Amino acid sequence: MKIHEYQAKDLLRDAGVPVPRSQVAFTAEEARIEAQKLIEETGSEVVVVKSQIHAGGRGKGRFKEHPELGGVKVVKGAAAAKDAAEKMFGSTLVTIQTGPEGKVVKRLLIEQGMDIARELYLAATLDRDTGRITIMASTEGGMDIEEVAATSPEKIMRVQVDPAFGLQGYQARAIAYGLRLEGKTARKMAGFLDKLYKAYVKLDCSLLEINPLLITGGGDVIALDAKADFDDNALYRHKHIEALRDEDEEDPAELEAKSWDLSYVALDGTIGCMVNGAGLAMATMDIIKYFGSEPANFLDVGGGATEERVTAAFKIITKDPNLKGILVNIFGGIMKCDTIARGVIGAVKEVGLEVPLVVRLEGTNVELGKKLLDESGLKITSAGSLRDAAQKIVEMTK
Amino acid sequence: MSVLVDKNTKLLVQGITGKTGAFHAGLSIEYGTSVVAGVVPGKGGSKACDDRVPVFDTVAEAVEKTGANASVVFVPPPFAADAIMESVAAEIPLVIAITEGIPVNDMIVVKRFLEGKNSRLIGPNCPGVITPDQCRIGIMPGYIHKPGKIGVVSRSGTLTYEAVHQLTTLGLGQTTAIGIGGDPVNGTNFVDCLQLFNEDPACEGIVMIGEIGGAAEEAGAAFIKEHVKKPCVGFIAGVSAPKGKRMGHAGAIISGGKGTAEAKLEALRDAGVKIADTPSDIGSAMASLIG
Repeated sequence: MKIHEYQAKDLLRDAGVPVPRSQVAFTAEEARIEAQKLIEETGSEVVVVKSQIHAGGRGKGRFKEHPELGGVKVVKGAAAAKDAAEKMFGSTLVTIQTGPEGKVVKRLLIEQGMDIARELYLAATLDRDTGRITIMASTEGGMDIEEVAATSPEKIMRVQVDPAFGLQGYQARAIAYGLRLEGKTARKMAGFLDKLYKAYVKLDCSLLEINPLLITGGGDVIALDAKADFDDNALYRHKHIEALRDEDEEDPAELEAKSWDLSYVALDGTIGCMVNGAGLAMATMDIIKYFGSEPANFLDVGGGATEERVTAAFKIITKDPNLKGILVNIFGGIMKCDTIARGVIGAVKEVGLEVPLVVRLEGTNVELGKKLLDESGLKITSAGSLRDAAQKIVEMTK
Repeated sequence: MSVLVDKNTKLLVQGITGKTGAFHAGLSIEYGTSVVAGVVPGKGGSKACDDRVPVFDTVAEAVEKTGANASVVFVPPPFAADAIMESVAAEIPLVIAITEGIPVNDMIVVKRFLEGKNSRLIGPNCPGVITPDQCRIGIMPGYIHKPGKIGVVSRSGTLTYEAVHQLTTLGLGQTTAIGIGGDPVNGTNFVDCLQLFNEDPACEGIVMIGEIGGAAEEAGAAFIKEHVKKPCVGFIAGVSAPKGKRMGHAGAIISGGKGTAEAKLEALRDAGVKIADTPSDIGSAMASLIG
């Protein structure tokens, strides 16, 4: 699960990680009030207005409605903050990560202006090769880290943390000195890392990224930006994080699927897929592509799906405006083919069927499933193998 | 011959009174698996699966009383890591975790716990391990398997069934089929399974089914290139998956430009593995190699 920068900073602040003074605003007037407070608290007129969307590249991004305006604006004074906020609210920000359609800005972070001496990169995430949490640090702050990893991998330091002992002081110091920090700043950096690692573990993050990590002129170490992703499997023990979910940032079909305990991802193609099992669902998408078309979605109905869930899945697929055909591919193991057949028939009777439907059933109760489909009187094409099914649906939607 | 499990396997089921645990323990018994014990804290002294299996409070006690030498974990996600570690602490040589949805940080601790221990963990989030007509541990449909000469190792459940079904239909059958699971942190990876198959004289060919995310397939390919002379067929799911989107399995995601299907396919090809173009061609690809 992803959250906004301001929410990540709130969590980090609670964990003792230094972050700038800042406050979220939902209206331009709130932005003005918060900016005024910051100015009074810090004695500085410099305030930063930051768009809050679940996508990176905000600073370099541009608003469709205001091509001269970036997603992050440094201003002087509360009135200027309000002015910027008025333009940003409700406008569509396009960044390298949003795609050309962009994202509408509904929340802003109003933050104190900082004195920047150096910008570094810091992140904690899982290293799958070792099965351990890895701290990554680089002197190339503010850059796209994937680009740094591709062009100059030697500039990224990595430290693996043994879960039995946690991040040790010597590891934190090695990172601090590796970033060419000295004296009290190096000590502050080590403390920063200790708190960041503990927050990662305590909150069950899958990624904590600080880019840039700021070294101020006075030698302080501060998280100027913060990105936090969480392990969905662990959300059950962090209700306060689950509550931070911003449904405006998520695909409505994916949310609907989630409420039915279905694993669904919307894609750009035209052939809807309903499959049991994640691996087989991916392989079904692949075979559609292999025969020259594109999948409209990934959908795993799971091993224990009921007729109702199958019906719900079918309805979610058919809501896609780009849909030209549907392929149902079930290898019944635990999932019985007749359950799938009943669910599909129920859904078609309820919502109708305006596109070709190819069904391939194999495994437990396959004969009963096929018989139910044949006798339903619905216009369903059945297929023997997955290859046969994919060829048929691609042909029928050309 | 077979690997990991056979007719001498004495199975202990953790979470045998839960809905999934009870159902699949029953199916395993009917398949002919020797299910000797169940473990459910607080239910020691009772019997499960229609009075066929004694239940114990702890794994240690169950092992002492029954001589169980394999354990399968059906315990719900919040308690699954603890259940795995209990079996490892009781020195059960083979622990198979079926549970889907265990927090990653819990598995990081489990992996650390396994270091220096004598247990092998398969999974979590996997269909289990089966040696046809001898021993079924997990949730796979037993009837699609037939004793034969192909070793199957896979990160995915139903995609394994697809491959197994094709091998059975073509008369090749399986020595043992192993599901290693779709999570980013797991116990046993491709390399270990490939080594087992490579050393099993009954295994004449190997099917390896991977998916996007991580680098376990690349490591497997490197092992094949170095050590395996037996015919190998590979399939990688997720060629059409977009970057940054998690495809159902927690581990199936292309992130930071790593874990792409193309890189995995290239590594497999380079190791001399025959690639099945579609999931429907896995069985026939193997048949074309060993006839």
